[in-house]
Order: sequence, then C-alpha cells, then structure tokens
Amino acid sequence: MILLLLPSLSVAQGVDEILTPVAGEQLEEPDPGLDIPGAVTVLDRDNDAGDQLEVYFEPPADLEGILAYNIYRRAVSDEGNEDWSLVKIIPVIEPTEFIDGYDPEYPIEPGILYEYKVASTSITGEEFFGPVCRAEIVSQGEFYHTGKTRVLIAGALFIFLIFYYFGKAQRGFKMYLRPIAGIEAIDEAIGRATEMGKPVLYVPGLSTISDVATIASLTILSRVAKKIALYQTPLLVPNRDPIVYTVADEVVKQAYLEAGRPDAYDPDSVFFLTDSQFAFVAGVNGIMMREKPATNFYLGMFWAESLILAETGSLSGAIQIAGTDAVTQLPFFITTCDYTLIGEELYAASAYLGREPKQIGAVKGQDSCKAIIMVFITLALIFGIIDIVADTHILDWLRNIVTSPIID
Amino acid sequence: MIVLVGGILMIVQYFIPHQYSQNIFNYYTEWAPIVGAFALILGVGSLTRVHSHKIRRKAKNWQFSWAVLIPLYGMPFFALIWPQSLWGGMEEPGIFDFVFMHIQVPIQATMFSLLAFYIASAAFRAFRAKSALATVLLLAAVIVMLGQVPIGEMLGRWLPETGLWILRYPNLAAKRAIMLGVGFGILATNLKIIFGVERNWLGGAGK
Repeated sequence: MILLLLPSLSVAQGVDEILTPVAGEQLEEPDPGLDIPGAVTVLDRDNDAGDQLEVYFEPPADLEGILAYNIYRRAVSDEGNEDWSLVKIIPVIEPTEFIDGYDPEYPIEPGILYEYKVASTSITGEEFFGPVCRAEIVSQGEFYHTGKTRVLIAGALFIFLIFYYFGKAQRGFKMYLRPIAGIEAIDEAIGRATEMGKPVLYVPGLSTISDVATIASLTILSRVAKKIALYQTPLLVPNRDPIVYTVADEVVKQAYLEAGRPDAYDPDSVFFLTDSQFAFVAGVNGIMMREKPATNFYLGMFWAESLILAETGSLSGAIQIAGTDAVTQLPFFITTCDYTLIGEELYAASAYLGREPKQIGAVKGQDSCKAIIMVFITLALIFGIIDIVADTHILDWLRNIVTSPIID
Repeated sequence: MIVLVGGILMIVQYFIPHQYSQNIFNYYTEWAPIVGAFALILGVGSLTRVHSHKIRRKAKNWQFSWAVLIPLYGMPFFALIWPQSLWGGMEEPGIFDFVFMHIQVPIQATMFSLLAFYIASAAFRAFRAKSALATVLLLAAVIVMLGQVPIGEMLGRWLPETGLWILRYPNLAAKRAIMLGVGFGILATNLKIIFGVERNWLGGAGK
C-alpha cells in the first residue's frame, strides 16, 4: 500500500525524490528515462486580441511510461533567466496541441517573442525535456473578426430594414400593427384603479439597467405614468436596483411634467426597496396585501420570484398585466395574470402605446426580419424532406451558409 | 449624443478583437460598478426618506417602518464599526454574521420555499380542463411529469420517451420562436435607443 501511495505523493509534491526502500519490501528499478517530445510549432491565433498562441508539439515515438506532457514557456527576453512558467499539463492520451493564453495567471503579451520546452513526465513526476523551441512569430491582435462576417451581414440587413421602415413611416405610410390584448388592456387597468381609488403598482423587473428588458419596461413606465398622471391615480414603483430606481424616478417625474401635472408627482411613489431578491419579493407582497393596489404591472426581467409576486397579486384581487422575455417565467405569468406580454411584445409595447411613426417603423422592421427567418425555416423544412426522399445533402449546404459557430 | 457614440462604439468593437478594442470595452464596463456604488447611496436615501415620512406622518402601519430602518443602519454598524461577537471580544461569529445567518438567510429561504405551494396552486389553475386546449395542456403536463419520476417508467417505457419528445420538439420549438422574437426585439430596442428614436427611458434627459 505504501509503495502505491509514494509515487502519487511524489507527483503531488512536484519534486524528483529518491524513494527510500521500506524494510522487507523491494522497490522497482529506477526509470531509465522516457522518450522526449519533438519540436514545438507556434502559430498566432486568428481573431484574437493578440493574447493567444496555438502551440503544437511532436509527440515522442515511444509513449511507454509517459503520464503527461508539461509545457513550459518564457519570454525570449528572459533568456538568461531559468524561471520557466508551467503553462499547461496535457495527459498523454490527449492531442499534443493547446491554446496558450487562456490561463489568466500566465497571459500572453502581444508582440512578445516566446520560447517553449515540453517535458515527458513519468508517473513519479520525473521530467525528460525536449528541445527548447523559439516561436517564429509573435502574437498579434486582429482588427476584424473574420468569424463574425455573417453576424455583420445579418446585422446590416436588420439595420437597413429598420431604417427603411422608419423612412416609410415618416413619409406617412399607414402601417398595420396587430392588436395585442395586454397592451390594449393597459388603459382599462389604469381606469379601474382610478374608479376604485386605489393605487397602481408597477414593478420594472428585478434586473439591472444593462438588461434591455428593464429599459423596455422603463419606456412603458413613462407612458403608463403619463396616463396615471392624467387620471390622478396613486402610483407605486418599488425597485430592486439602485440605478434602475434613479432612472425610474426621473422617468415618472418627467411623465407627470409632460402630462401637465407636476404638482401631482409624489416623490415617495418611486422608491428603492432592497437589492436582495426574496427580500424584495417580501416587500412587494407586503405592499400588495396592505395597500391593495387595483392594478399590478410586472414588466421587465424576472426570475424565480415571478410566481410569488403574481400569485400574491392574484390573491389580493388586482387586475394584473405582466410581460417578460424570460422564457422560463412566462408560464407562471400566463397562469396567474390577466394579460401577459410574451417576449418581443414587451419590446413592442412602447411603440403600441406611443403610436409614433418611427416606433411603429421599428416594429415593422422587426417583423420583416422575422419573415426572413421564416423563409429560411421553410426552406430548411423543404430541403430536409428532399434530403430524406432523394438522399441528398442540400440542407447541410443551407446550414453552412446560414450558421457557423463564432469562436472567440 | 453620449448614447449614440457609446452605442456605435460598442457595436464596432464587437467586430474588432484587437487589444485596443478590448481595452475600450473593459474601460466602459469598469464604470458600471462605480456608478452602481454611488446609485446605492441614492437608493438607501430613498428608502430612508419613504419610511421616515411614514413615521413622521404616523401613516398606516408606520411601526413597520422601524423594522426597515433599524436593520438598514444597524447591519452596516455591526459589520463595519462594531464587528464584535454577541459574547464580547472579536471571536466569530460577530453580531452581523449571527443576524445574517440566523435571521436573514432563514427568512429568504422561507420566501423561496413558498414557491412550491404557489406552483401547486398555479398548476391547479392552469390544468383545469375547461376547454380542448386546456385538456391538451393537462395531458402533456401529466405525461411530462410522470416521465420525470421512477413511477412513470414503471407504468411503461413510452411515458418517459413521450415526455422527452414533448420537451425536445413541440416545447423547444415554441421556446425558440419566443427567443428569436426576443432577440429581434432587443436589437430593435437597442437601435431605437442608439439612434434616439426611443428617449422615454432617459426621463427628462433625452428631451
């Protein structure tokens, strides 16, 4: 047992120790030496910031007794310095190549020339070094990511379509927007709160301002607050994120100003609760049960708290309008709320409420992009059937044109 | 103008992997937590203002406002100024740790665990077979749920296989359709913000 443990102990310590024989037991003969790896080839990695190198080395002809390869690197400018950095350990069964620069502890500096040496490592931790190989190139960053060309084309097409419809809308071209029940119910929901003399609760999601769903929610809040200001209904906007709170406060203040009722703005209507997820839920639920708002809006990004919020709102008897792009939370909202804006409807809501030509143009641009995707899906379906029937590979051809993984 | 320049800069930098581009991106993103730290002060100020108003006006349930304000200032006091343990001295756990572990964590766990009961009541409401579509939903849910538990496999191999098929094909197709729409929605919203079509989210600043 001790004999079995000693080699692993030696490897763990990373030193070449001479094993002392244990009384009554025989040690194996010392390792006569392992075959060493061959030359190292270094290539500059494409589409990087100049902080990665592709390293290949020739494996030894005889792999017997080799556990792994230890790859060391140092800058050529450190030539006199024997302090090599161990940048990678590759088990013998794996390919003899790797990308150097992933480990943040040993970064690759752009423009620095490096040299490498690779050692075959035995089970006892002994290292047998191959030649020191100097890289023939230095790492350099690129000014264009060639793998993102398809994204660029698709993005350009999308921007073109959006601007095309912007222009069309501005020229006075009437565009049809399909009615969305949830958006049309907003007026009715605010009216209900006004009639009942109870407040409207608006939760702009639990995410930060960097989440586009939060920004979409704040644009809706602006339009909702304007209507609320006109009706003079109390508004409650609890926030989880302090930055969202400051923006929401400005949005509501401005909405009251635009509605011509700056005097009706209550500085306590928009407030920060807490940045703790479930403490926030507890706080909002408390507001629902104490203040009994007539209308609850949950628009933005939500996680596990969505159902707790919506179910409590349902129990309090409020009319509820929810909207989120979190696919996993949608079923909870659909089950418990009166109206739910599903995914993209959240982003389109502002355009629906404002009815400004440019906003509508953006929605139409969005729709035309979806139409393009639908054409591709239909083509894929047809080609897939043809492939099955005629044993061809047209679908792969289409797939290669449209999709490719982006490797950063 | 700041949004326009910043937005275009971020779009362009996505296509440039060079170190200069990465440095600009990192420089921008490093600002976010700094701004966040200052905004937190405003947040705490807001909470204090709202609850102190309630206490001052003796509004309905004003007593609960003390339950917000005392821990709001007490916890940082015990964490930063007086990090002593309950029994004096500096040994662990401090009062802050004790309150956090024995009050805050259990309360949060309680809130989270309520979700199980809410899911049960929501499922009951969703699965009532009031129409043909609701019946399909109920059947799909029963198959998927039974397919996830050992008893489903005991009832027949077809149950977990059908459950998996429902998740992999109809369910995934619907999810992807929503995600595709969300992707385009995000893009359109970003463009509207970058090019100044949508300014409501800025409050008064964009006018």
